[in-house]
Amino acid sequence: MRYFLKYPLNPAETKNLVEIANVDFAYGKRAILKGISLNVPRGKVVAIMGGSGCGKTTLLRLIGGQLTPTSGTLRVDGQNVADLDQAGLYSMRRKMGMLFQFGALFSDLSVFDNVAFQLREHTNLPEKMIADLVHMKLNAVGLRGTANLMPAELSGGMARRVALARAVALDPALVLYDEPFAGLDPISLAVVGQLIRHLNDALGATSILVTHDVMESLQIVDYLYFVSEGKIVGEGTPDEIRASELPFVKQFVHGERDGPVPFHYPAQDYAKQLGLPK
Amino acid sequence: MISLLSKIGGRTIDSVWRIGSIMRFFMLVLANSGTSFSRFGLVRREIFFSGVMSLIIILVSGLFIGMVLGLQGFETLQKYGAEETMGVLVALSLLREMGPVVTALLFASRAGSAITAEIGLMKATEQLKAMDMMAVNPIARVVAPRLWAGIISMPLLAALFSAMGIFGGYLIAVLMVGIDSGVFWSNMEAAVSFRYDVLNGFVKSVVFGVAVSVIATFEGYDCTPTAEGVSAATTRTVVSSALTVLLLDLILTAFMLRGL
Amino acid sequence: MDRKTIDLWVGIFVLLGLLALGLLAFKVGNLGGEREAKLYRVEARFDNIGGLKLKAPVKSAGVLVGRVKGIHFDNIKFQAVVDLELYERYEFPKDSSASILTSGLLGEVYIGLEPGGDDKKLVTGDRIKLAQSAVVLERLIGQFMLGKASEAPAASSVTK
Repeated sequence: MRYFLKYPLNPAETKNLVEIANVDFAYGKRAILKGISLNVPRGKVVAIMGGSGCGKTTLLRLIGGQLTPTSGTLRVDGQNVADLDQAGLYSMRRKMGMLFQFGALFSDLSVFDNVAFQLREHTNLPEKMIADLVHMKLNAVGLRGTANLMPAELSGGMARRVALARAVALDPALVLYDEPFAGLDPISLAVVGQLIRHLNDALGATSILVTHDVMESLQIVDYLYFVSEGKIVGEGTPDEIRASELPFVKQFVHGERDGPVPFHYPAQDYAKQLGLPK
Repeated sequence: MISLLSKIGGRTIDSVWRIGSIMRFFMLVLANSGTSFSRFGLVRREIFFSGVMSLIIILVSGLFIGMVLGLQGFETLQKYGAEETMGVLVALSLLREMGPVVTALLFASRAGSAITAEIGLMKATEQLKAMDMMAVNPIARVVAPRLWAGIISMPLLAALFSAMGIFGGYLIAVLMVGIDSGVFWSNMEAAVSFRYDVLNGFVKSVVFGVAVSVIATFEGYDCTPTAEGVSAATTRTVVSSALTVLLLDLILTAFMLRGL
Repeated sequence: MDRKTIDLWVGIFVLLGLLALGLLAFKVGNLGGEREAKLYRVEARFDNIGGLKLKAPVKSAGVLVGRVKGIHFDNIKFQAVVDLELYERYEFPKDSSASILTSGLLGEVYIGLEPGGDDKKLVTGDRIKLAQSAVVLERLIGQFMLGKASEAPAASSVTK
């Protein structure tokens, strides 16, 4: 309660839950993000897409406050994340939920205890109420029957769904997804995709997806951003993206072999390497 | 030649840097120890996994070492007709040195490496990051309880080791060699001083407990988050702990010598 | 492995550990064995204290009756001054004698108190009048050699 009073919600609610303006980020000398500007409106599901290593996961970390931008401002719910101290950061994170790439369930706790974790740590609710809430969250992802299993006993897709239930345990205002579709079979993939959409609408939350799964994203999101080599190279609604003629977007969406992202890694002349006459 | 020198220099600077990092980490964990005491159940759980699970190896090793000390001592003491002081030999060796040092080495191998592996695995599977994102401080919740469990368990294990060792010496002396039980104990009681032997041994075991626990938790927290990284970190824990314990033992013994 | 089992085992472990510590401290280390007694101080002077050290035992009839508290050198009389602390419950006559002895051949050096016949007892601050210095091995050998040397010529003069 103390934290809510210290860091009050922005009374004049901004239209955008997350506002990123001209953010740079570098690991030492290596620049990962250059001049990124994007907005995530409240209540929407937004995808951030790009190839591996383009900086999209870094963006997610910046939003979550795990990293600090080297320049530019990043606001969540009107609050500049870089200005927050440890206590403020933790207070902000209680309004967020994050789904990690492979679930990151606590291996020494059962499914039930995993989902109940945040409820037990951050609230004083009685155990009976916590049990009801846990069962409700698990039911929403279809895994209420696994409550007593250990994470090691779950398949990849199931672990991902339990992690999703855990991420939304406190009904967060912002849900972050780090490659939620990576490594899933088609059924689990579709299930997770639909869950992301339904939970977002049911909770009245805002969701940010970092992924490179185009097909699924186009079906569930409201807006997409494309990142390549640390810059935003395209954005739009799913319809706009499907019709886009921008080279990178086109290559990405249609899975073309060659385009702005070249097929060949830079190498010397082919004929020369094989010793063939020109 | 120059490159060899600069390599040695680089390694030395890295080592010193690492020691500095370990110290800073230790301070960080201490600063975040509040939860360990307000929710003592967390520490209790870790005492079970570090301390209780090490009991068997500690008790058995203690017994064997006590018996070996008795056997080895017997051969030499016999030459001077001093077999009856076997208890003194066993007790002093254990209380001052063998107890704290061997217990620390065994503890580092069994419990220390397990702690490193646990924390390392949690780091590799992003569990620590997930906890951080859920606004729960992983240092307070995961690392600190393990540190305090190690610090609490070590002196207790060292005492149990020494006690078992003395019992082992008793078995050899009284049951095998045939020394009178009363003589055995009275000689020991006369020669062993609480302040110089028992207390110093206890202080040593506490210091070693801190050292091993700090190293174990640090290596886990600091490791490269891959399978090889965790494996390398576990090895480092055992090796670093062993070297540190022996070095600290040298320093402490030098300070504790009577008359110094 | 549920909570209750863990707590039970931890409790057993801690109890065993504390028990071991206690055993070591009290039974083996003899903690509290010597503390409770009240003491009184007397002084003794020796020409040579040999290997006597601080905290060496003071024994009478083989029983521990006190400890050596201090060893000093008297620069005027060139003697060793030893302060003894004796347990109050053991009283000795004023004319008791103190000797520096060795327990066994290679054993520790201690002070042996032999009681005298005086009715008056030693109190704090008194000095033990009769003191037997330590036997120094080199002197003993020297005396022996001297004795042997003086014997030989006398024997030859007799036979002459």
